[in-house]
Amino acid sequence: MHVTAVQTDGVFSILWLVIALPALGALVLLAGGKRTDKWGHWLGVATVAASFVLSLILFFALLGKDEGERQYTQHLWNWFSAGSYSVNIDLLYDPLSAVFLLLITGVGALIHVYSVGYMEHDERRRRFFGYLNLFVASMLVLVLAADYVGVFLGWEGVGLASYLLIGFWQHKPSAAAAAKKAFVINRVGDIGLSLGASLIFVTFGSTSFAVVSAHADKASGATLTAIGLLLLLAACGKSAQFPLQTWLLDAMEGPTPVSALIHAATMVTAGVYLIVRSNFIFSLTEDARTGVIIVGTITLLMGAVIGCAKDDIKKALAGSTMSQIGYMVLAAGLGPAGYAFAIFHLLTHGFFKANMFLGAGSVMHGMDDDVNMRHYGALRKAMPITFATFGIGYLAILGVPPFAGFWSKDKIIETAFGDNFLVGMCALIGAGVTAFYMTRLMLLTFGTTKRWEKGVHPHESPKVMTYPLIALAVLSAGGGLLLAGDWIVDWLTPVVGEHEEHHLAVGAVGMSLIALAVVAAGVAVAWFLVGKRPVPKEAPSKVSVFTRAARADLYGDAFNDEVIIKPGVVGIRGLATVDRSVVDGLVEGLAVALTAISATFRRVQNGLVRSYALTLLGGAALVLLTLLAVNFG
Amino acid sequence: MKFDAPHLEYSQLAPLLIVLGVATIGVLVEAAVPRTQRYAVQVGLAIAGTVAAIADTIWVFNKLHPWSGEAKPGRIVAESALTLDGPAIFCWILVLVFSLLSILLFAERRLEGGVTAFAGQAAALPGTEAEREASTRGLEHTEVFPLLMFAVAGMMIFPAANDLITMFVGLEVLSLPLYLLCGLARRRRLLSQEAALKYFMLGAFSSGFFVYGMALVYGYAGSMQFDKIAFAVSAGSGSHALLLGGMGMLLVGLLFKVGAAPFQAWVPDVYQGAPTSVTAFMAAGTKVAAFGALFRLFYVAFGGARWDWMPVAWGVAILTMVVGSVMALSQTDVKRLLAYSSVAHAGFMMTAFLGARSLADIGPGEIQPVQAVLFYLTTYGLTNLAAFAIVTLVRDPSGEATSMSAWTGLGKHSPLVAGIFSFLLLGLAGIPLTSGFTGKWAVFTSAASAGAWPVVIVAVLGSAAAAFFYVRIIVLMFFTDPVGETSVAIPSVMTSSVIAIGAAGTLVLGVVPGPLLDLLGRVAEFVR
Repeated sequence: MHVTAVQTDGVFSILWLVIALPALGALVLLAGGKRTDKWGHWLGVATVAASFVLSLILFFALLGKDEGERQYTQHLWNWFSAGSYSVNIDLLYDPLSAVFLLLITGVGALIHVYSVGYMEHDERRRRFFGYLNLFVASMLVLVLAADYVGVFLGWEGVGLASYLLIGFWQHKPSAAAAAKKAFVINRVGDIGLSLGASLIFVTFGSTSFAVVSAHADKASGATLTAIGLLLLLAACGKSAQFPLQTWLLDAMEGPTPVSALIHAATMVTAGVYLIVRSNFIFSLTEDARTGVIIVGTITLLMGAVIGCAKDDIKKALAGSTMSQIGYMVLAAGLGPAGYAFAIFHLLTHGFFKANMFLGAGSVMHGMDDDVNMRHYGALRKAMPITFATFGIGYLAILGVPPFAGFWSKDKIIETAFGDNFLVGMCALIGAGVTAFYMTRLMLLTFGTTKRWEKGVHPHESPKVMTYPLIALAVLSAGGGLLLAGDWIVDWLTPVVGEHEEHHLAVGAVGMSLIALAVVAAGVAVAWFLVGKRPVPKEAPSKVSVFTRAARADLYGDAFNDEVIIKPGVVGIRGLATVDRSVVDGLVEGLAVALTAISATFRRVQNGLVRSYALTLLGGAALVLLTLLAVNFG
Repeated sequence: MKFDAPHLEYSQLAPLLIVLGVATIGVLVEAAVPRTQRYAVQVGLAIAGTVAAIADTIWVFNKLHPWSGEAKPGRIVAESALTLDGPAIFCWILVLVFSLLSILLFAERRLEGGVTAFAGQAAALPGTEAEREASTRGLEHTEVFPLLMFAVAGMMIFPAANDLITMFVGLEVLSLPLYLLCGLARRRRLLSQEAALKYFMLGAFSSGFFVYGMALVYGYAGSMQFDKIAFAVSAGSGSHALLLGGMGMLLVGLLFKVGAAPFQAWVPDVYQGAPTSVTAFMAAGTKVAAFGALFRLFYVAFGGARWDWMPVAWGVAILTMVVGSVMALSQTDVKRLLAYSSVAHAGFMMTAFLGARSLADIGPGEIQPVQAVLFYLTTYGLTNLAAFAIVTLVRDPSGEATSMSAWTGLGKHSPLVAGIFSFLLLGLAGIPLTSGFTGKWAVFTSAASAGAWPVVIVAVLGSAAAAFFYVRIIVLMFFTDPVGETSVAIPSVMTSSVIAIGAAGTLVLGVVPGPLLDLLGRVAEFVR
C-alpha cells in the first residue's frame, strides 16, 4: 500500500520522545560512568517505561482516527543531502509501527524490570542497562524510520547493541566468540540491506517509503525481484533464517534477559518487519515472495529439529525461536494474505517466547546458572510461579486454544495451505515437532524426577523477576484477543492492503482440528519417549544419525566452515603470500634503495658553510644555464 | 627645487605601522624598563600589538568585500611601493596569526624552569664563567620580542611590495632579525651560533644574487616597478639576455628564502640549531612571505615571459620534492627531519607555481594557483607550528630531546602528546581528513589543469615516499618499547594553546576546507 502520511500535529508531535528517552538513558548511563552506578538501573527502567506510556497514548490517539488517516510523519531534520538526493530524519507512525512500539517498549519495560533482579549481583549492571537502553532506542529508530537509510541506521544500532550484549560477559571466551560470530554473520545480512537500499535509490532516486511505494509499480520486474531478494538476505541475517541462522544458537551466551528481549521478542523479528514494511515491493514480485516462502519453510523445520536435540534449555528455546520466526517469514512470503498474520504471530510470539526465556532465566537463577536440562527435573514444586507462567507459555506456543499461539499459528497454517499444499504440510509438521520439543523441555525441567547436582537448592525467584513473568503469562494467555473480530487484520489493512479470504476444503474449524491432532501426537510421542523413561544425567552418545545431526545444529557451522571459511582462508593465505613477496618486496626494495641514495647524498650535507655556498653558486649557475638553454638552445 | 610630501594611505597601512611601532617601542622598553619587568611588558606589548594588527588587517581585508560574490581587486598604495590586494592582505593575516602563535611559543617559561628558551647572555662565549653566571642568575633575552616584530614587518612588506627596491628592503628586514634569533638558543649554544652564522653568510650571499638580478632587470626595463617591467616584457624591447639573467638571479634569491633545491643546504642546519620556537616561526612565516613575493614577482612582473622561466620552475619543483623526500629518509633527528619535510613542502608549493596561466584560460570554479598556494600556506603553517611546539615538550635532562632514538615508545607513556604528534605528521603526509590532503589536492589540481602533469606525478610519488618517513616516527612512538630517560614536560597554557589551535586547524581545514577555499577563490588575484 502507498505510504501517504500527513505531518504530525497535536498529540502525535511527542513521537520523537519515544526514541529520545531511551537514547538519553543510554547516553547518561554509558557516559556518566560510575557516578550513576547506584540508581542507573532504575533510570534505565524509567526511560523505557515512560516510552511505553507515550506509546500507549499515541496508540489510543491513532485508534481514535479514521482508518484512512492513520499515517503520520514527523520531520526532525535533514540528515544529509547530495545533489538532488537528500535523506531526512523522518519518523513514520502508522498502525504497523504502532504495534511495534507497544511490543518493544512494553516487553522491553517488563524485561528491564526483570533484569534489575537478574543482574543484581553483576558489578557491571549499570553498563548492562545502558546497552539495553541503547538497544531499545535503536530498535525504535528501526521501526519508526520513514526511509530505508533510517531503517539502516536502526538496523546497525540494534546489531551493535546485540553484539555488546551477547558479549556482555566478555571474560568468557565463548561469549566473546559468540558475539563476534553474531556480528560477522549479521554483516552478511547488512550487506543485503545496504545493497538493497542502494538499488532502491538507483531505481527510484529516493529511499523514502513514500516515494518508493508511490512508484514501485513503474520499476521493472527483475529490478523488483533483485530488491526483494536483497531485502530477504538482510532479513535472513537479522532474523536468523536459513542460511544465516547459525549465530542465534551461540547468541544464548548473553545474559538471559538479553535472549528474551533481543533474541526472541524484538530484534530477531526485524527481518519480518522489513518484509512486511516493504510490502509495496514484495506484492509486485512473485519470485522474491517464493524465495521468502522457501527460506521461511526451511527454517521453521530446521529450528524445530534442532530444538528437539538440545539439552541446554536456552538453546532449545533458541531453536524454537528460529522455527517460530520461520513461520512469520513464511506468512510474510504469502503476500497480502499473510502479512497481518505474520505480524500477529510476531506479537503473540513476542509475548510467550519472552515469557519462556524469562522463565528459563528464573530456573537458571535457582539452579546456580546451570543450563543443562538433564540436571533439572521436578522443579514444579520448587518454583511454582515460574512453572505456572512457563506452562501458559508452553500451551501458547503449542497452539492450544484459547491461548495466544493457537490463534496466530493456526492462521498461518491455514493461509499456507491456501497457497500451496506442500508448504502447508511443512507448516503442519513443524507444529507437531514443536509440540514434541516443547513437551520434552517441560518434562525435563518441571516434570520427571529430581536430577539436581549436589549443593543446588532450587528456590523461587524474587518478586521483581516473577511479576514480569506473570504479566507476560497474562499476555500469552490472552494475546489471541487481538484477532477478535479480525481486529488485527483490519488494523493493519491501511499498511499492508486488503486481501481475499481463502476457503479451504476442510474449512477453518476442520483445519484447526487437524492441527490440534498433530500437536497432540507430538505431545504423546514426547510423553512416551521422555516422560515414561528414566532420563540419563549424561547425554547418551549412542544415538541415531538424526539426533547427532540435530545436536550439531544440522551442520550449519560445519557447512559454513567447509564452504566459506576454508576456501576463504586458502585464498587469504595466497593473497598474503603475494602481498609479502611481490608487493612488500617492491615497496621495501624501493625503500631500501631510496634510503641508500639518501645516505649517499647525506655526505653532501657536510656542515661546512663553504661547500653550501658552493652548491648555492652551482645552483645559480644551473638556473641561469637552463634559462639560457631554453631560450637560445 | 620643490619637494612633495609623499602621499600615504595611513588607514590602509595601519597594520604595518602598528607592527613597526610596537617593534620600536620594544627596543625602547629594553632600555627603559627594569630587567625584572621586561618579560611581562614585552610579551604584553607584542601580543597586544599583534592582535591589534590582526584586527586592523581584517578591517582592511573587509574593504575588499571578500565575503560577497563581487570582491574588489584591491589597490596600489604608498606611492606605488606597496600593493594591497587580496593575496597581500591574506599573507598579512597569515603572517600575523603565525607570529601571534610564535609569540606564545617564545614566551613559554615553564619548560626551562622559569626562563624562556633563549640564551641568558648571547654575547657570553659558550662554556665560560660569564655564560654560567648569566644562566644561574636567570637572565634571559627579552629582545627576542622586538626582533620578532621587526621580522614580522619584513614579512608583511615582502609579499606586498610593488617594486624591486621595496621587495629587497622587505627581504632584508625579515632576514636580519631571523639571523640573530637563530643564535639565541639557551641550550646547545655552539650549534645555535653556528646555525646563525651559516644562515647569515648564505643569506647574504643569496641577497647578493637578488641585488644583481635587480640591477640587470633595471637595465632591461628601465624601472623597478612591476607594472613597468611587465610592460617592457610584453613589448619585447631591450636585450633578452639581460632579462633572462635578471630573472634567474632574482629567482635564486627567492628560492633560497623558500628553501627550494638546489638552494636548500642551509635549511636542515639552521632549523636544527635555532631555538625550536624560532624554527617554528621561520618555517611558517618565512614561507608565507617568500612564496607571496615569488608569486607576485613572477606572475605580475614576469608573467609575460612565463615560457622562459617555466622550464626552470618545473625542474626546481621536481628537484625540491625529490631532495626533500629522499633526504628525510635517512635523518635521525626530529628537527632535521621536519626541516627536510619543509623542503619537500616547498616543492609541493612550487607545483602550484607551475599553474600560471593567463586569466582567460582559467575556467570558472577552477582552482587558481594563487588560491591553492595561499590555502597550502595556511595549512602548512598551522600544522608545522603545532609540530614544532610538540618538539619543545619532549625533553631529557640536557634539554629538548630531538634525537629520534629518544622518541621511541613515547606513545606508551604520553599517549596524548604522541597521538597529537602522529595526527600532525599524518597532516604533513597529506592523509585524507587532514588539511595536508586538501592542501595537496589544491596545488596538484592547479598544476595539473595548467598541463604540468609530469610534475604532478612526481609530486604524488614524492608524497608517497614522504609518507614513509612520517609514518616511521609514528611506528617508533607507538610500536617500540621506550628507552632512556625521555619525558614529556607539561607546558603552560601558551604552548598548549598553540598545539591545540594547530591541531584543530589541521582537522578543520581537512574536513571542511570549502569556506576558506571559496574565500581565497574570490580574492586571490594580483593587482597589476
